[in-house]
This record gives sequence, C-alpha cells and structure tokens, in this order.
Amino acid sequence: MNNRLYGNLIFELSKPGRRGYSLPHDNFGDYEVPASLRREQEAALPECDELTVVRHYTNLSNNNFGVDTGFYPLGSCTMKYNPKINEEVAALPQFQNLHPSQPEQTVAGARALITELERSLCALTGLAHFTFRPYAGAHGELTGLMTIDNYHRSRHDLRRKKVIVPDSAHGTNPASAAVCGLEILEVKSDTSGLVDLADLERLVSLEGDSIAAMMMTNPNTLGLFEEHIPEIAQLIHGCGGLMYYDGANLNPMLGACRPSDMGFDVMHINLHKTFSTPHGGGGPGAGPVGVREGLQEFFPFVSPYHGNFAVMMRAYAYILSLGRDHVKEVGPLATLNANYIKESLKDVYELPIDGLCCHEFVFDGLKDKSTGVTTMDVAKRLLDYGYHAPTIYFPLLFHESLMVEPTENESRETLDGFIAVMRRIAEEAKTDPELVKTAPHTTPIGRVDDVLAAKHPITTYRQMLNDKN
Amino acid sequence: MYKYFPHTEEDIQAMLERVGVKSLDDLYSQIPDSIRFHDDYDLPLSASELEVRQAFERLGAQNRQLVCFAGMGVYDHYTPSVITSLLSRSEFLTSYTPYQAEISQGTLHYIFEYQSMMAELTGMDVSNASMYDGTTASAEAMMMAVAASKKARKMLVSGTCDPKIYAVMMNYALHQGIDIEMAPSKDAVTDLDAVKAKLSEGGYAGVFVQQPNVFGIVEDFSGFAEACHSQKALFIINSVAADLAVLKTPGEWGADIAVGDGQSLGIPMSFGGPYVGYMCCTEKLIRKMPGRIVGMTKDNRGQRAFVLTLQAREQHIRRQKATSNICSNQSLMALWVTVYMSLMGREGLCEAAERSYAGAHYLCDELLKTGRFTLAYDQPFFNEFYVKYDGDAEGLYQRFVEAGILGGICFEEGFLFAVTEKRTKEEIDNLVKIAAL
Repeated sequence: MNNRLYGNLIFELSKPGRRGYSLPHDNFGDYEVPASLRREQEAALPECDELTVVRHYTNLSNNNFGVDTGFYPLGSCTMKYNPKINEEVAALPQFQNLHPSQPEQTVAGARALITELERSLCALTGLAHFTFRPYAGAHGELTGLMTIDNYHRSRHDLRRKKVIVPDSAHGTNPASAAVCGLEILEVKSDTSGLVDLADLERLVSLEGDSIAAMMMTNPNTLGLFEEHIPEIAQLIHGCGGLMYYDGANLNPMLGACRPSDMGFDVMHINLHKTFSTPHGGGGPGAGPVGVREGLQEFFPFVSPYHGNFAVMMRAYAYILSLGRDHVKEVGPLATLNANYIKESLKDVYELPIDGLCCHEFVFDGLKDKSTGVTTMDVAKRLLDYGYHAPTIYFPLLFHESLMVEPTENESRETLDGFIAVMRRIAEEAKTDPELVKTAPHTTPIGRVDDVLAAKHPITTYRQMLNDKN
Repeated sequence: MYKYFPHTEEDIQAMLERVGVKSLDDLYSQIPDSIRFHDDYDLPLSASELEVRQAFERLGAQNRQLVCFAGMGVYDHYTPSVITSLLSRSEFLTSYTPYQAEISQGTLHYIFEYQSMMAELTGMDVSNASMYDGTTASAEAMMMAVAASKKARKMLVSGTCDPKIYAVMMNYALHQGIDIEMAPSKDAVTDLDAVKAKLSEGGYAGVFVQQPNVFGIVEDFSGFAEACHSQKALFIINSVAADLAVLKTPGEWGADIAVGDGQSLGIPMSFGGPYVGYMCCTEKLIRKMPGRIVGMTKDNRGQRAFVLTLQAREQHIRRQKATSNICSNQSLMALWVTVYMSLMGREGLCEAAERSYAGAHYLCDELLKTGRFTLAYDQPFFNEFYVKYDGDAEGLYQRFVEAGILGGICFEEGFLFAVTEKRTKEEIDNLVKIAAL
C-alpha cells in the first residue's frame, strides 16, 4: 500500500491532449451534431494515456481490502469466497453480448439458465416461484413487500398497511416498508434475544386486521434461531397476514431448514451473500424474490428486464459447482466456524446471550469496560493486524455491538489467527489502551474526520478546486 | 472434503469439542425437528470446474450474438480491454461497502472520481455514488421530489418517456401514494403549454422528462425549468449518459435532478444487467438525495482522505425515516464507467458520441433512400430514430435475425433503430440491403 505516491485523483494526472482510447476510422462523411443541440460548457473530464489510467487504478486497488486479501469477518454480510470460475463463465461473450430485447429464439440459452436457477432456488427454499427483477437485497425486500401489498389489495383488504418488524431487524427492513407505503410496528426482543411472543400476541390482538405481514430474518441478526417460528407464523397467518423472510441470513440454513418449512410465504435472497457472487465494493448484487404458489401473479414491475443477469450467472455456477452433495454442508460449516470463534473469545469479550448461535454472533464490546476501549477501537486495531473489522454498532440492541460472521470458507488456522489477535487486543486494552484508541497505525490513512466531511461536504473535484480558491 | 471448504475431519472434531457439541447436526438443536430439513435438495450432483465450464458453453451455444441495432435504453458500445482487466482486480471485486475508510480508500477514491465525472457530464453540482439502474433511479428521483416538497404528491411525467421507465415509476408511485399524470406531447415532444396548464392546477412535486426521448428525439426544454420553479415543482431529466458528452446538459436546461442509466458508458449489454444508474442534483438538494455519497476529508495524520458521508439520510441510521431503502450503490459498475471516462476523456466521449450520431444519420438517410421507410417525426434525433415501414415489419425483423442482425426494436408499423460507434459502414449497408428487398 503506497498511498503517498499514488494518492492523486485521476483529474490531477490529466494533461490536455493526452488520450487513452482509439476508435475506428470515420467513414460516414459529414454528419455533424448541430450547434443548437450541443452543450455550451464542456465537461472537464481527465485526459490521460492508457498506462497512466492502468497504473492509477491498480494502485487504488492496493489501498483496498477484499476477501481475496484477508479474513473478512463482517457480520450480516456473508463475505464468502467468490470462486474464479464464476467470473470467467459470467464474462462469456455468448451471454455478455445479448441485448435484453433480443427475440426469444436467439436467447434460448439465457432463458434456460434463468429457468434452471429458479428451479434450484425453489429446491433450496421450498418456495414455488422466483422473480429475478430485484437488483439488490433491499430492492428484493421492497419487491417482496410490494407483492404482499398487491395481494392484499387484490382481495380489497385495504386496511392491511402495517408490517411487524423485530427491533433487531436490519435497517433496510423498516426503510423498505416505508418506501412501500407501509407502517412499521416494532416487536420487542425478549431477554434471550428472540422475538418476544407475548409482545407479538399483544400486537396481533390490537392490530390483527391491519397487519399486512411480519418481516423477519431467521436466524435473527444476533445469529440466534427463532425457535418459536412455527408459532409466530401461525399467529400471523391466523390474523390474515403473510410471513416475509429477509434472506440476508439464509447461509446457515443451507442444509438445515427451508424458509417455506418455517412458514414463510415470501422471501428475497441476497445472491451476493449466500450464493457467492462478489460484493464489488457495494454492488452489483441481486435480490430475487420467491413466493408460495399463487402469489407469483402479484410480482411488481420493479425493473425492466431480467435483473442483474450476469450476477445470476455467477450464482448458478456456484450452485452447479456445489451440487446437492455439498450445498448442504454450507450451513453446518458456517455455523461451526461462528460457534468456534464465539467459544474461544467469550471469556474476554462480553457475550450478552450465551448458547449456540448460527452463522454469526454478537459481542457487546470487551468484557473489561474499565479501560475505556470501545468496540470502534477494537475494530480499528484489527485493521493493523491485517483483518477486516467485524460489523460494529449493529444490531442496536447493545451499546457496543461487535458482530462476527466467519463463513464456511475459512480454515481453522485462519480462525485461530483471528482469535489470537482478538485476545491480544483485549490484552493491549489493559496494558496500552492508547495504542488501541489511536489505531489504526499501519494502514495507508489513519482515522478520518467524519464530522468535517459532513459539515462541509466536498463531493466532487470541482467543489474541491472551488474550495481552495 | 470440498475445494471451497478447508476443514479436515480432524479439524471438525476438534472444533466441535471446543463448542461443546458432538456432531454438526447438534449445532442446530434449537431448530424444532418438525421443520428441520433432512432430505436431499432436488439438485444435480456437484460438478467439476470443467463440467461447469462446459455447461455454460452449452447454454451459450444456444444464444445468438447479433449485430446490434437495438437500443431503447440499452446500447452496444465498445468496452476497452483496460476496463475488464482492472475490474477483475479482486481488491475491488471482493470488497464490501467501504465502511472501514482506512482500508477502503481504493473504493472511496474512485467513487469520488465517479461523482466528479458524473457531475461534469450532467452539468450538475453533485452526484451520489450510483444507483441500481436508470429506471429505479428515475423512481428514486420522483420520491426525492415528493419528499422535498413535503405537501405536493403529484408527478407529471412526459408522454415521450420510455414506457419501461414509466412502468417502474408507476409501480413505486402506486405503493407510495403518489399520483402520476402524463404530460401530453405534440409532434413527439413534450408540450410545454400543456405542462404549464397542468402545473397551474397546483400540487405537483415535479416534472419528469427524458432526453433523448423514447423516439430518440432531442427535445428542446427551454422554458421548462422556469415553468416548474414558478409552481415550486422540481424539474427532473432522465438522459442517456454517453450522449451528454455532446448534448446540452440537464444542468444547462436548469434541471434540479438529473438521472439515467450509465450503461452507455462502455458497460456490456449482458441481457439486461448489471448496469449503473446515476443521480445528480443541485447542491441545495444534496441532503434529500438517496443512496451513498462519498466526501473528502482529512485523516488524523493530516492526509487527504475519502469517506462515506451525510449518512444521517440513510436507512442504517434513520431506518423507516430514511430518504430511501437503498443500502448499496452499484459500486463495481461505477468503477466501470469511471475507468471508461478516464480512458476516453472529454474528447473520446465526444468522438464516440459523434460517431454514433453520424452512423445513425447515415443509416436513416440510406433507409429513406430505399423508398420503403419514412421518418415518423420531423424532429432532431441523436443516435436512435423511429421509422415507419410500408411492409410487414415483423417479417422484415425476422429476415434481419436470419441474417444475424438485431434490427432495432420492432413495432407494428416500423422500427426504432440505434447506432453506436461500434457499427461499421458495411454492417449498416448490409442492413439497408436486406431492408430494401
């Protein structure tokens, strides 16, 4: 990592007259865009030769950390290995060069792939149909909720505008419900970290007629399996609502339990989590939505074509690779890895709810709170040791949440290395708390000034230049 | 064991012991047995890497790659090799959303560049870190306008917009309780007088138009921004990103929000995705904007650094009160178009756009010369145009396909043809030859 030498913006490497492209020779003669249509102010884009561009972005990549770089125990994100063969097949020109509006007889292979992927996801979830239009997890949530809303509307059951969401839910759940025009009813967690059944019963008896759905992930965001899920589904179905499964935590359920058997009617799957497609620094993902038989006619039009098709291709390659013999090992191995870390660290980190977890678990910071070292400090110190930080300050149930999800791809040696470093940081917190509080020390940049960025937003190169003047 | 799972039997036993259970199965003792899945999934047995490759090659062989004259939102532009090479770097590919700024400067840095370039291209003040695609970005812009106005819940959408964009917006609007009304058009362009008349009824949060419009026509939006602003409505323009290198920009038309698809900036068509949506706006509206935004700041060593900023708008902080439910951008595709624009620069983007313009006008002229086609509207177009055909359009479309040509988008009475810088004179002449028969 060499931020000092290569910290320039591409604009700062630009020199008028340089070019990084070549076009075929022009042979159409005199067709010119009339001045009346043209922009007046030219776009100030960089002018660079090819090598400058290559070196710039190669060096930027060196300031990044990916799954291929090192262990990425980011809770709730399922940072599993992204197999190389998936990348290669997704780039095949026979698929990449297809226009989405090509006639059916010229896209039979692409259609067959979608059909097979749908069949596979149905087998894995127990649901009957999938739509691939949603582009991401949150887009899937929205699509699923729209499907539910459309279903209630079709029955002229127009009062059903409320969605029950646990207080431990992913932030996208309430946000998606709001975008769908639905209202949130928050159900509390009990002391064991699960949905408080008494509180749920109270909500159902109060609001039964207005409940559109209950939206939850299982295992929940604490990594705990909601063991009362059959009773919960019965309660919701009993009052006329539908059950929505947030597929963000589907990974540990492969080989263990299908969402349809838990009683869910509608779900989305984050192909970029459970089915190994790369996160790409924040997208593109894919969030296909599955439903029970009869609900497919209520799928909404959330995008124009076949979703993020090239992402779907990668997921299909992954499913083909694992097959029925290995796909069922995913959940148990991911679950084993999470429990192994948890048991190896719970004497030095605060485990608020003891017991078996699934693919992830949450610590409430260090056990010894007297040092003043926070979860943020621990996370930043981990960067010094070459690990990505866990998810921090989520879920909101605890003040110092630190959420670890190792995935099934990590070896025992990798986990042991991480455990040793986590213990060492706990030790440093006692012996040299300043070292931890001022971390990271070895990364290309130190802790950043978030307040300055938000108070005085500079979000483009032009703003940056104007700010200097 | 399996190639993606590193544990040996010995590892598993030792780890189970540490956890305090006897078998992998016992890890799931909390799951009621009535809902445990003990069967085999109905899937084929695992496939070797060679077999996976062969399966995809077999499927690929069932597709036909055609010489593409289709557009309507998705265009066949050339992708320079540099892009695929750089994007395959796994430090970009396998990273997550850049929450940990200290080890994510690569991603944050290029998003800052992306935002800078999109703001330049659209002539707007600011850009977010990208969105899913152009249609969903349009729906988000509509919701942003409604949220910004507080009271008004109507949206006026031009009748010259692509029906796909319209359908996605309608779908969001239905659930949001937003009323979409269609603004009438005259001679295939949005009718300003009709827009003014509608706006004078009050209650409109925004006016939404498309450039070039669904017929490929470059509309004149003089007077639109003033008409909107006098009625406290926002003016939103959806444009094809690549065309903005040459065309008058949303900023120059006085737009408050500029959205669209960035696919035309060198992203392969890939049967519909992934692409990248862009959203830019005026500085005044930045805190109303959905999605991620990267800002510049300093680190504790005094170095320039980039970071996700203005997060108080977002779902993980605001939950149901967030500006949108969007929790990612389309980061890798934003990198795609950023590298594209870095290579092409202003001049290259203009050249490619002008070449597309020239090719389309050449094709149009040649088609008209056959005497079987007429240009449907006497309006300026860019690299896409709608022509009426005096014969059986569907039959001709099939003849194009037989000759290995995707002959635009076929309608009952004619064709919507698009030309990019990739199309050669020979390819165009060949299409015309078939069309003239």
